[in-house]
Amino acid sequence: MAVVNLNKKQFEKEIGKFDKKMEHRIAMFGTPMEKITDTDIEIDVAPNRPDLLSYQGFKRSFLAFLGRKPGLKQYKLQKPDKKYKVIIDNSVKNIRPHTSCAIVRGLKLNDEKIKEIIEIQEKLHVTVGRKRKKLAIGIYPLDKISLPITFKALEPDKIKFVPLEFPREMSGLEILQKHPTGKDYAHLLAGKEKFPIFIDSDKNILSMPPIINSELTGKITEKTKEVFVECSGFDFEILKKCLNIIVTSLAEMGGTIYQMEIKGGKEKISPNLETEKMKINLENTNKLLGLNLTEKQLEILVKKMGCNYKKGFVEIPSWRTDILHEVDLIEDIAIAYGYENLIPVIPDISTIGQENPKETIKRKISDILTGLRIMEVSNYHLTNKEYQFRKMGIQKKQDSGFVKLEESKTDYDILRKNLTHYLLKNFSENIDSEYPQKIFEIGRVFEIDEKTKELLEYENLAIGITPGNFTEIKQILEYLSKMLDLEIKIEEESKQSNHYIEGRIGKIKLGEKEIGKIGEIHPKILSNWKIKMPVALLEINLEKIFNKLI
Amino acid sequence: MNKKEITKIIESLSPNERKVLARLEEKKIQDICEKSNLDKVSVLRSLEYLQDKKIINLIFEKKKIIDVGVNGAFYRKKGLPERRLLHLLNTQRIIPLGQAQKESKLSIDEFKASLGVLKKKALIELNKGKIILNANKEEIAKKSLEEIFLETLPKEYDKLTDEQKYSLKSLQNRKNIIQIKEEKTIQIEITDLGKNVMNAGISSKNLIEQVTPEILKKESLWKGKKFRRYNIEYPVSAIYGGKRHFVNQSTDYARKIWTDMGFKEMDGKMVVSSFWNFDALFTAQDHPVRELQDTFFIDKKTVLPDKQIVAAIKGAHEKGTKGSKGWGYEWNEDVSKKLVLRTHTTCLSAQTLANLDMKKLPAKFYAVGKCFRNETVDWSHGFEFNQTEGIVIDENANLRHLLGYLQEFAKKMGFKKVRFRPHYFPYTEPSLEGDVWNEERQEWVEIFAAGIFRPEVTEPLLGKAIPVLAWGPGFDRMIMNIFGIKDMRDMYKNDLTQLKKLKILTK
Repeated sequence: MAVVNLNKKQFEKEIGKFDKKMEHRIAMFGTPMEKITDTDIEIDVAPNRPDLLSYQGFKRSFLAFLGRKPGLKQYKLQKPDKKYKVIIDNSVKNIRPHTSCAIVRGLKLNDEKIKEIIEIQEKLHVTVGRKRKKLAIGIYPLDKISLPITFKALEPDKIKFVPLEFPREMSGLEILQKHPTGKDYAHLLAGKEKFPIFIDSDKNILSMPPIINSELTGKITEKTKEVFVECSGFDFEILKKCLNIIVTSLAEMGGTIYQMEIKGGKEKISPNLETEKMKINLENTNKLLGLNLTEKQLEILVKKMGCNYKKGFVEIPSWRTDILHEVDLIEDIAIAYGYENLIPVIPDISTIGQENPKETIKRKISDILTGLRIMEVSNYHLTNKEYQFRKMGIQKKQDSGFVKLEESKTDYDILRKNLTHYLLKNFSENIDSEYPQKIFEIGRVFEIDEKTKELLEYENLAIGITPGNFTEIKQILEYLSKMLDLEIKIEEESKQSNHYIEGRIGKIKLGEKEIGKIGEIHPKILSNWKIKMPVALLEINLEKIFNKLI
Repeated sequence: MNKKEITKIIESLSPNERKVLARLEEKKIQDICEKSNLDKVSVLRSLEYLQDKKIINLIFEKKKIIDVGVNGAFYRKKGLPERRLLHLLNTQRIIPLGQAQKESKLSIDEFKASLGVLKKKALIELNKGKIILNANKEEIAKKSLEEIFLETLPKEYDKLTDEQKYSLKSLQNRKNIIQIKEEKTIQIEITDLGKNVMNAGISSKNLIEQVTPEILKKESLWKGKKFRRYNIEYPVSAIYGGKRHFVNQSTDYARKIWTDMGFKEMDGKMVVSSFWNFDALFTAQDHPVRELQDTFFIDKKTVLPDKQIVAAIKGAHEKGTKGSKGWGYEWNEDVSKKLVLRTHTTCLSAQTLANLDMKKLPAKFYAVGKCFRNETVDWSHGFEFNQTEGIVIDENANLRHLLGYLQEFAKKMGFKKVRFRPHYFPYTEPSLEGDVWNEERQEWVEIFAAGIFRPEVTEPLLGKAIPVLAWGPGFDRMIMNIFGIKDMRDMYKNDLTQLKKLKILTK
């Protein structure tokens, strides 16, 4: 979601008083208010509507939604002047293949408007532009440029210009290494033999997209009346629409849009504000929304969403990026109809409910254990090596079979292999709580199978008691096994354990299959966790028990 | 107070209270203990009970007692350091400082303090590193106020004379000479009611204390007898039972709601392929949610489901399904093989749709489970969260039905007012978010995320685009609301004291 700031004064002057009712209308338009200050109204715009990322774009659609200016907004396009030309050189083909450009004249800019232009550019970069990866936009004062303009690629050391906010000329490579913005976006050009540039007929470099503009030609001021706008990138359909979003916003500010000839472009003339026509079926609409609209009503609703309707077709503005299918139009109709006007209804259909049987068994086990006054705890599925291995007496070299996360913003970066270490962590964090403490957890654990290397995921049960000894924990296990009517037995474990006391550890078997371990925790582990009371504990894999009982 | 009431009070006296009551002529607690053969705790408790019954008044007094400290006790025996230094000076009237310290066997601190004291009293002078005695025999022999005071300790502070207070102040400045203790004393005062009770006699012959198996054996032991009255309003110590964790109580309740409404539970893994978590849900491969900083990826690849489904999903992304334009980019199979810790339970819905028996429609499914996102933890965010998912596959399903199911769920969760707003998700259209009204904070709280699956989702998975209502509300805010938890970090803190005391979900 992107947050867009609307100037409150401007909003109240051009749209209407901002009160509770207006706030509700804004929410029902799908752009809920995030925050309001004395000067600004902050709204949330979903990624499917980049055309709402500026005040101008929002106003255009919202006035239609309110029914004040319904229907598709038309903008006058001026044919290109003779020199209004951009030449796409073959050299950009494999580097940054597309661009779509326009000229807007007759602008009267002030601080507020310049701020808005910069903001919409940045918002588009971050959202549809995927942080400039997919597309980038440049806006230049026309009076500093000699037309025509060429879009081409050059070796980085041959590119030389003064980048924005920098005191001297730099080469393409230097910009990526030394300029703050250059460093931020260097990864987008890294490894490329040639970098793309826009260059005017006097051989002045205007910009090196998607990184930075030139200080000399890439900065609009209050004096700027005419601008050259370009949008370059990899996805022609999207960048074309982005250009339309920008130029129509500039037109809303009072500018006149001029087309340019794009030599070597996918389309020869840009911008292209031609609407798109998509079929809409009244029956489909009524069926999906559960409504009973007439065609006339449909037309009114379509117009409220800033589109036009003609005999089964919707005319979609050239700046909408989100209409892929008829359902997208139907959603617009629902929004225009008002979600608050849709009456919720539960259909009269018959289906049989069914809980996952594993969940039933987990609940039964929990009931048995809580009946023994054991408290259920719930821990994270994520853990770290310190908890999972180090404190459990496992040396670095012995770590194995765990699932590692590629990147984590928290201290937890592996998936838990068992529940035991978490129960000990719980005890260690509750040394000031009343004793005895008896706890259990039922939960998912993860492991990489040593032989097959497959990632395994299963449900475990762990029970811990403190102060507690082998007899007491065994009593709990036997009671549980009797209540579930299972043949669970304990056998001597000959293998050494990292955390149980030798001679006080047992294998837990269901029939002939081992399903877990039971024992008393070794003092050295208790001391790792700073636990001052003896702990007896068991952990079993529940999957075989599920198989037996389901 | 009439006789009947006095009898009632007498009947309510416990054996210990009777014992103590009988020995109240002893003024000291210690003596009551000895005479009644009870320990101090029992006596004190009985006294409190007697006070509760208005038989006695307890007057608590705190006294400040001045006593000697560790050093004080030692000095009392050996003399204060200044006294010891004075003794030495008495033998040699002029001594260099170093020698004096050595021969007096005082520590540096003691020595310095002694010099200070003696100088202040003008008994000595210091000159060119030497101590010169400046007093006559009489003056030397005279005990100082501090010395006298030390000998008289312990003493009650309130009873000190001004002179003694002066000595106390000067000794208090020195290390561990003085110790001040607080002594609590209790004075017992028998009330008029108490006198009446005592006069009426407090023998316990006919009162049964506890009902024991022995008493029950013979009718004669209890028939016609009175039982000692209990103060039933008296507080008892708290006990606690075993209990489900409150998050699991809540997820279990969500299960009950959905099964009651005819939904079948889905089950599945938490680690899934990007294919099921994203691609099958028409989330483009360059969508920001698929970046490392938002999602937990696992450096491991898995196998994809059968080729037909993979090809259909690829087609939906690249060219769209029937009537759709798709995202228009080149779909990469490798990217979809990457394992991810599920970011929503919707991946279960996608798998369910892929395996659905189309002859058994309409069908309704739900899931309740943990989901994950790569996020730092604060009061309102966690990297693990609970979601409850639902889908309805029905040829005739529509948006109003979706609102109907959600409204019902919210109602059963205890939220009376619900509103729905337009929203956006890549895999649903129409999409919506639902808010519930928080009466306490007087604001809408967002809980639902829902929509109707796009044809680009349903067609590849079902083979046919039919409406599938889908929702995946985050569950944690509801849990926090129900249990009054303000900080998300408290959900998995497992503070046993807190868990013990937390109420049970009564739904």
